[in-house]
Amino acid sequence: MKTSIKTLLAGLALLTPLSAPAFAETLRWASSGDVISYDPNAQVDSFTQSVHHMVFDPLVRRNKDLKLEPALATSWEVIEPKRWRFKLRQGVKFHEGQPFNADDVVATIQRQIDPGARNRENLSTVVGVEKVDDYTVDLILRGPYPLLLNDLAAIYIMSKPWMEEHDALKPGNASTGVVTYASNHANGTGAFKLKSYEPDSRSVFEVNKEWWDKPQHNLDEVEFRPIASDATRVAALMSGEVDMIAPVPLQDIDRIAATDGLKVVENPSLRTIFFVFSYRPELHATPGQPNPLRDVRVRQALWQAIDTNTIQKRLMRGKSRTAGMLVAPAVTGYDEDIDVPLPYDVAKAKALLAEAGYPDGFKTGLACPNDRYIADEQICLAVASMWAQIGVQANVSVESKTTYFPRTDKGEFDIYLLGWASLPPMDGFSPLQALLATNDGTFGGSNADGLSNPEIDKLAYAASTELDEAKRIEDLKQAFRITHDEVLYLPLHQQPVAWAMSSKVDMPQFPDEYVRPWFAQIRK
Amino acid sequence: MIRLLSVRLLQAILVMVAVTAIAFVMFRFVGDPVASMVREGATQAEKDAVRVALGLDKPVLAQFVNFLGQVVTGDLGTSYRYQQPVTSLLLSRLPATLELVIVATVLALSLGIPLGVLCALKPHAFFSRLTQSATLVGISMPTFVTGLLLILIFAVNLRWLPSSGRGDLVDIGLWQTGFLSLSGLKSLILPSITLALFQLTLIMRLVRSEMIDVLSSDYIRFAFARGLPRTYIYGQLALRNALMPVVTVTGLQIGQLIAFAIVTETVFQWPGMGLLFTNAVGYPDVPVLAAYLLFVGFLFVMINMIVDILYTFIDPRLRTR
Repeated sequence: MKTSIKTLLAGLALLTPLSAPAFAETLRWASSGDVISYDPNAQVDSFTQSVHHMVFDPLVRRNKDLKLEPALATSWEVIEPKRWRFKLRQGVKFHEGQPFNADDVVATIQRQIDPGARNRENLSTVVGVEKVDDYTVDLILRGPYPLLLNDLAAIYIMSKPWMEEHDALKPGNASTGVVTYASNHANGTGAFKLKSYEPDSRSVFEVNKEWWDKPQHNLDEVEFRPIASDATRVAALMSGEVDMIAPVPLQDIDRIAATDGLKVVENPSLRTIFFVFSYRPELHATPGQPNPLRDVRVRQALWQAIDTNTIQKRLMRGKSRTAGMLVAPAVTGYDEDIDVPLPYDVAKAKALLAEAGYPDGFKTGLACPNDRYIADEQICLAVASMWAQIGVQANVSVESKTTYFPRTDKGEFDIYLLGWASLPPMDGFSPLQALLATNDGTFGGSNADGLSNPEIDKLAYAASTELDEAKRIEDLKQAFRITHDEVLYLPLHQQPVAWAMSSKVDMPQFPDEYVRPWFAQIRK
Repeated sequence: MIRLLSVRLLQAILVMVAVTAIAFVMFRFVGDPVASMVREGATQAEKDAVRVALGLDKPVLAQFVNFLGQVVTGDLGTSYRYQQPVTSLLLSRLPATLELVIVATVLALSLGIPLGVLCALKPHAFFSRLTQSATLVGISMPTFVTGLLLILIFAVNLRWLPSSGRGDLVDIGLWQTGFLSLSGLKSLILPSITLALFQLTLIMRLVRSEMIDVLSSDYIRFAFARGLPRTYIYGQLALRNALMPVVTVTGLQIGQLIAFAIVTETVFQWPGMGLLFTNAVGYPDVPVLAAYLLFVGFLFVMINMIVDILYTFIDPRLRTR
């Protein structure tokens, strides 16, 4: 909180219990990292995205059950497959007083689809926007596209006059060095106003008393503090300096849960952790020999050799959710009939390997990051020793995410660990498009290891334009069924999201790991 | 004098170029920030576009030349992580680090010198022995352990002091100070003690050994023989001479502290340059890393140059060499 000398002196002169009303409810919470920027178009970070949602409203938003519901748009219709019409909410005001209308939506969408927007691809199918009247806009699409609403839930509406006033109509972009006023300031229509922002220190929000929606929280102020050091973050909670920390370091969960006045809330998140196989002709570990992983029996054997129960109990402390498919239950396209891991069966795994022509196993690389997912390094080490039981020698390599991910992009690993949350669309199309479809420049952006299945490609392209939701979901499920039967990827679990808070705080937890203070209650 | 200065300056420039070059070689191993900068479902084309926009597709040598060009024109680029010009970013973090370092240095000097003198005058007293062994702990304990211990005692158990952050800040022009608010001052205590501990020990031990040295020299013995008052001998004759090396060491230590307050700043979430650097490593935010290394190089080159010049004033014999 910056104060000028003048207010400081004034405060001292008054000798001040006045400065802080005794009944103000402030939620103070700490996370490990800070927001990247307050410019919605200058980032692709899901944590930053979640903090922005306090200040900004999208046209449609996710409710307490993570279902889509009207926000700044009250209704919509598909006029023709390439043109969607949105009716806007009337009587909404931005924090600085500007009335909200169609011009703001047009300016925001144009900013979003500007080639300089870092998150341009979050709204990739929209090619234009037209104002119909003051409270009606049309979005023009490249083609029929079923996930427009999912995408719009992550597009935050900014004020056009505000952007004009501060010369911020174009998005900020760190890669081209564009910085705007909107990087450090925010003016939205959301439940909270951004009062001050000090990078790496804190952001203070105060309640927006003129919010268009009926608040479900009882907060007057929210103070967010990034605290990078795990131990210090826990200390801040234990000393009562903050009311909540997210995430909690794994090793401190039990201690905090046992402390009076504190509680730990823990649930499986959307982030599914799985192994990626190389489908290249040969493995890096065994140059000159054919890649055994191209045989489905080998992949089945690797799955059946993993004792998921032990990983769940020991490494994840019973808090993960063992998975059989690439998406979590909350994600569209999930099917519990598909979500069945192959059973742990060493004898069967050995038999499968022998059948595939590798009775003595084979050599492969196994790569993991050590600072990205929960217990990532330990998972790799455990799996390597489980595979050793069927004769597969996995040579484990562990490195920091900063060097790991560039290498996954270049296809430098044989088998590696990856996590996928399907955010922001929260739809099975996300992994289908990026992981399962063949890497052809448009699809398959994270499929760098030569996976190519014509059936899946057909389903991916069909699902990308299918407007009949039932048929589209069937396409997604079909693709996931093939993925499961062919063991194209080896799913392990959904890792938990763990928060710790004062027992006075009621904060619902969501599998997308968003902290949503507009649902928080503080008891007195 | 001018010749000496120009030689020193030339050397300084060479050192700076070498620092930049080493920094660049290092960046080949910290990875690239593309994964941190694209969305989850990004296509290969999106990733490539970011890589091209950042100039990371070019060979390292070309990137190096490009960076040198930037440095010469005074533009260090834009931080990937903070999305601000790096120069202003570093400058905005300078006050936090400087205030911490100043307080830590004052603390180290004001405690270190008297304790050192005490230990030299009464080497066998219980108090001296206690101080000696206590400081041994101080010098051998890693900074983050000291920091966390202090947090545990004073923030978690006693709840006297905040565990992290700078508290409320007051703007004085461009400088944001924590000196003018109660919470700012309280926030300073734990990190500055943590940072000062090593320096305090160093100064204390230095003063002690210098004092013992000086006290056994002839002129002190003659002073005693002349019957001069003890306070005069210890304070004016002995300590003044014992302090010469302390001044040099303190000067160099200040540079060390500014450059390497990294651990302390990270433990206490102190928003100075050290924290900036830690965050930049994890991203990796290459422009910030490069600028920081340049800054640290520049700092040490400057300090060494100033010390060299000061020496020539103190010791005339050095001028002719």
